[in-house]
Amino acid sequence: MGRRIGYFVFGFAVWMLLVYTLHYQEVIVGIGVALLAAVLFGRNLPVEPSRLLNPVRWFWLLAYIPVFAYMCLKCNIDVALRVLSPGLQLKPGIVRIRTSLKSDIARVFLANSITLTPGTMTVELKEDVLYIHWIEVGSTDPVEAGRTIIGPFEYFLSRIFD
Amino acid sequence: MIDVLGWISLCTGVGFTVLGCLGLVRFPDLYNRMQAATKCVTLGTCGIMLGVFLKSGFGALGVKALLCALFVLITVPVAAHALARGSLIFGVKLWKDTVKDEFTDDRGGESIIEGPK
Repeated sequence: MGRRIGYFVFGFAVWMLLVYTLHYQEVIVGIGVALLAAVLFGRNLPVEPSRLLNPVRWFWLLAYIPVFAYMCLKCNIDVALRVLSPGLQLKPGIVRIRTSLKSDIARVFLANSITLTPGTMTVELKEDVLYIHWIEVGSTDPVEAGRTIIGPFEYFLSRIFD
Repeated sequence: MIDVLGWISLCTGVGFTVLGCLGLVRFPDLYNRMQAATKCVTLGTCGIMLGVFLKSGFGALGVKALLCALFVLITVPVAAHALARGSLIFGVKLWKDTVKDEFTDDRGGESIIEGPK
């Protein structure tokens, strides 16, 4: 039940942001749509609702955004330079790394964060093992490679989701 | 001031999108192309959306642009992951200079790294 309520609140908030008006017709339709979605899909909500109300987690989420934006921009410039360099400087490979994150949602966010920082792309996520396509393999040692790829992500994500 | 920031964000976004498309043409195999195509273009799209938001401010248009950026950020890596995983399992060849492929090794399959021509 808690999950369904959480889903309803979240869905309704997104709806109101999308229409961005307080006209009563939009509100009524929004309640209807959010209710329907919550009843149909609510139990699939991947986060415990009690965790959503924890302000410490929200603080870490806010702290994560600038870190992620910085990494993303830095790595994007790196790939852009690679695209422009005359001789293609590529040394691609697929490496296997392990994560210490426990919950599914945290692992999914880790995989997505890795994919969005260019140079690395998650091709498979199985339990705690991630297979990463790396545009320039820096190290073939799993621990060393893991530290380079995951960087500060794990530190933040474990505080947000675990 | 905010208008200038908006223009800078828009131009950066367009620039990264162009570079991403260039990478799509220049890179040698599917996986490397996906690196350029999905990510530079994601940052480019988010830059454009952020520029639209900065120029129009908090209104129906600006908030929609921000939400679009958020949706793109969440969905693009999932789609890229699915495409790359499907291609690997199907056996689309890796570039000949690929250093290692632990995914296929662990599955016990034959190497799908393209041999020297």
